[in-house]
Amino acid sequence: MSNVNVYQQRPADAKAESPLFHASLHELVGKGPTDAGVTLTEKKLLGHLTLRGDGKDPAFAEAVHSALGMELPGALSVVSHGGASLQWLSPDEWLLIVPSGEELAAEQKLREALAGQHISIINVSGGQTLLELRGKNVREVLMKSTSYDVHPGNFPVGKAVATHFAKAQLVIRHSAEDTWELVIRRSFSDYFWLWLQDASAEYGLSIVE
Amino acid sequence: MLNIFCPHCGETRSEEEFHAHGQAHIVRPENPAECSDEEWGDYIFFRDNPRGIHHELWVHSGGCRKFFNATRHTVTYEIYETYKIGEKPSVTEASVAAAKASAQGVTA
Repeated sequence: MSNVNVYQQRPADAKAESPLFHASLHELVGKGPTDAGVTLTEKKLLGHLTLRGDGKDPAFAEAVHSALGMELPGALSVVSHGGASLQWLSPDEWLLIVPSGEELAAEQKLREALAGQHISIINVSGGQTLLELRGKNVREVLMKSTSYDVHPGNFPVGKAVATHFAKAQLVIRHSAEDTWELVIRRSFSDYFWLWLQDASAEYGLSIVE
Repeated sequence: MLNIFCPHCGETRSEEEFHAHGQAHIVRPENPAECSDEEWGDYIFFRDNPRGIHHELWVHSGGCRKFFNATRHTVTYEIYETYKIGEKPSVTEASVAAAKASAQGVTA
């Protein structure tokens, strides 16, 4: 049995602030143009878990599947099931995002299924946040910001890449036709927020909660 | 701007996502305690500086954050191939010389 200390890292009675707390996004809701080309939502305080293990080991893939109900995704892809998503980050690393408050249960379930295997599960919820961009001009905003080719031919729905964006680094996920998700680090969140406001100004930016 | 193929991601990415980490295939002496100062100094400090084919260690720091090896020409900066750690390069000084010799043999 593993002696890893697994505990509730964000107790329900503790005050939690998202990395963009200072931007007061809730006060900006409804103040943007009505025909905005870009709509931004911060999916805040979700449970982010980094899962590492041997992706070539069928026992590992099988255990992850049984614990999460999702097949272990291959290179540059993301799968989702219910409110959770599992994304390939590198050949031995995946990012699991679960709804707020479910991270402890997800971690325990994974640890149970993967007992005895050489793995690591780390709760990185406090270190990053998720921005969702929707709208007809989101792709233009991304084209201005990253050197990665975001044309649907190269970046279909279900693909997720870690790349450079502006002068920082993040993960871009194409979750639906006109919907893109950015997984950004806490310390860069203000930079991305300022960048996205500037980059989407010409198309109109509206904030949705 | 160079495009470099990451063998882990399986696609070509722009150069700004990568960092070079010097010469590849440096083998650590099995018994450091038995090395002479010269052997240990060579292992720690001395690197090849060829004019031509060079095998290098690169890292996809902006993407999957994994190391891999690249075979690069130090004059033209052409990257002949990238391959995972533990694999052997298919393009080497010898293979390029052999290809050149056979090409000259055909045209001569």
